[in-house]
Amino acid sequence: MPKIHLSCTVNEEPREILVQPWQTLLEALRDEFGLTGTKEGCGNGNCGACTVLLNGRAINSCCMLAAEAEGQEIVTVEGLGQNERLDPLQEQFIEFSALQCGFCTPGILMSARALLNKNKTPTEHEIRLAIAGNLCRCTGYDKIVRAIQATAEKEAHSGD
Amino acid sequence: MHSFSYVAPKSVDEALKVLSQSEGLVKPLVGGTDLIDQIKQNRKNPSVVLDTKHIPEMMRLEYSVQDGLHIGAAVPCTDTAAHPQVAKLFTALYESCQLIGSTQIQNRASVGGNICNAAPSADTVPGLICYSAWEVLLSPRGRREVLLEEFFKGPGEHRMDQDELLLETVVPPPPPNSSCHYLRFIPRNEMDIAVAGVAILLALKPNTRICTQARISLASVAPTPIRATDAEKSLEGKEITEDLIIEASERAVESASPISDVRGSAAYRKQLVKVLTRRTIKACMESLGQAL
Repeated sequence: MPKIHLSCTVNEEPREILVQPWQTLLEALRDEFGLTGTKEGCGNGNCGACTVLLNGRAINSCCMLAAEAEGQEIVTVEGLGQNERLDPLQEQFIEFSALQCGFCTPGILMSARALLNKNKTPTEHEIRLAIAGNLCRCTGYDKIVRAIQATAEKEAHSGD
Repeated sequence: MHSFSYVAPKSVDEALKVLSQSEGLVKPLVGGTDLIDQIKQNRKNPSVVLDTKHIPEMMRLEYSVQDGLHIGAAVPCTDTAAHPQVAKLFTALYESCQLIGSTQIQNRASVGGNICNAAPSADTVPGLICYSAWEVLLSPRGRREVLLEEFFKGPGEHRMDQDELLLETVVPPPPPNSSCHYLRFIPRNEMDIAVAGVAILLALKPNTRICTQARISLASVAPTPIRATDAEKSLEGKEITEDLIIEASERAVESASPISDVRGSAAYRKQLVKVLTRRTIKACMESLGQAL
C-alpha cells in the first residue's frame, strides 16, 4: 500500500511527512515527529491521554487517522508555552501539585487549554465537563480543577 | 490496525464512485470515534476508508422555516449544538449532541455517524425520531429518503445498502407550541452509554394543558431505538395531569423489550423508562410554561 503524503502544521511549524493510510495521528505524532508528550492510554477514545488540539479544538488523536490531518493545524503539549516559558496552565499545575504520575497530564493540559481559549471565565461545572474525557487515576481531579480555575483567574486579570 | 487505503473525495459523485467501484468493503469515515476503534478491534475490516469530510454537502448545517434543519452527515456534534436555531428550536437534539462521549468526541463525532453506527443507545436518535426526521441516502441509482424511525434493523444494523452514502438528516420545523426533551440515565455524570433514554415531544393547545400531539421515543430498551405509540395515544387529546403522566409512563414501559446486560437488568431498564418518561413529560410541560 503506498504511503500518503501529509502536509500539516504541528505546533505552528509547517511539516511534511509520508504516513501509512492506517496510521493514527497519535502514532504519527509520536513515531514520525518524535513528539512523545502525547500519550496512548486506552487507544479507543475513553481516557483522553492522547488529547491534542485540532484547529483549536480538543480531540482524541488515537481515534483520528494521520491522513485526516492534511492541511490542518495540530498543537501538542510540546506546543504549549513559548520558548523556555511554560504555559500559565503548566505553571499552575506545578503550583497546585495537580499531577502525580503525569501520564494523563499532557491530555488534560490540552483539554483545559482548549476550554480557556474559548471561555475565559469557566464555572467549576464547565471545567469538569471540559475534562470529563480525561481520566486520571492518581489525583482525584480536585487539584486539577483548582489549577485550571487559578489559571483562568490569572489570565482574566492579565487580560490575556 | 490492519491495512487499508484512504481516500478523501471532494464531491458526492467521486464518493459514490468509490463506494460502488472499489473491491472489498468501503467504510465511510466521519469523526472516526466509532469506526477507528472498530477497525482496531477487528470488528470492521474495510479495504477502503472513505473520508467524507471534504464533501461540502456532508458539512452543510442550515435551517429555514420552509426547509427545516439540514444536518450534513459529517457535521460534528459540537457544531450542530452550537447552531443558534438548534438550541432554540430543537432542544432534544441540542441536549443529546452534548451528551455523547466527551468534548473530544463531540468535536469529531457527527449526528450522521451516530445514526449509521446504529446503536440502540444512540443518544441523538430518539429526539430526532420525535421530530419526524428523515435520512437522505445517495447511491449511483439515485436518491432516496428513509424516515429515521424506519432506518434501523437491529443493533449495529440499518437499512442502507453497501453502495449508499448517508448525505444528511433533515428535520422539519417542530409543531407550534411544542417542546421536546431527551433524558437518559447513566450511572455517572459523563462519559457513559445510556442504560435507558427517553425523548418526548409534546404539543399543547395554546394556553392550556391539552395535548394536541405527543411523540415518545426510547433508547437502549429494544434492539433498535423505538417509538412508544401507545403512550403517545394515551396523552393526545387529553389534559396533561399527574395521573395521566403516570398512565403514559406505564404505557411507555409496555413498549420496551430490554435485555439484561452489564449496564443494567431488563427490570431496571423498564423502571428507568417509567421514571424518565415521567420526568421528560414534566420537562416539556415546564418548557411550555405549564409546569405541574
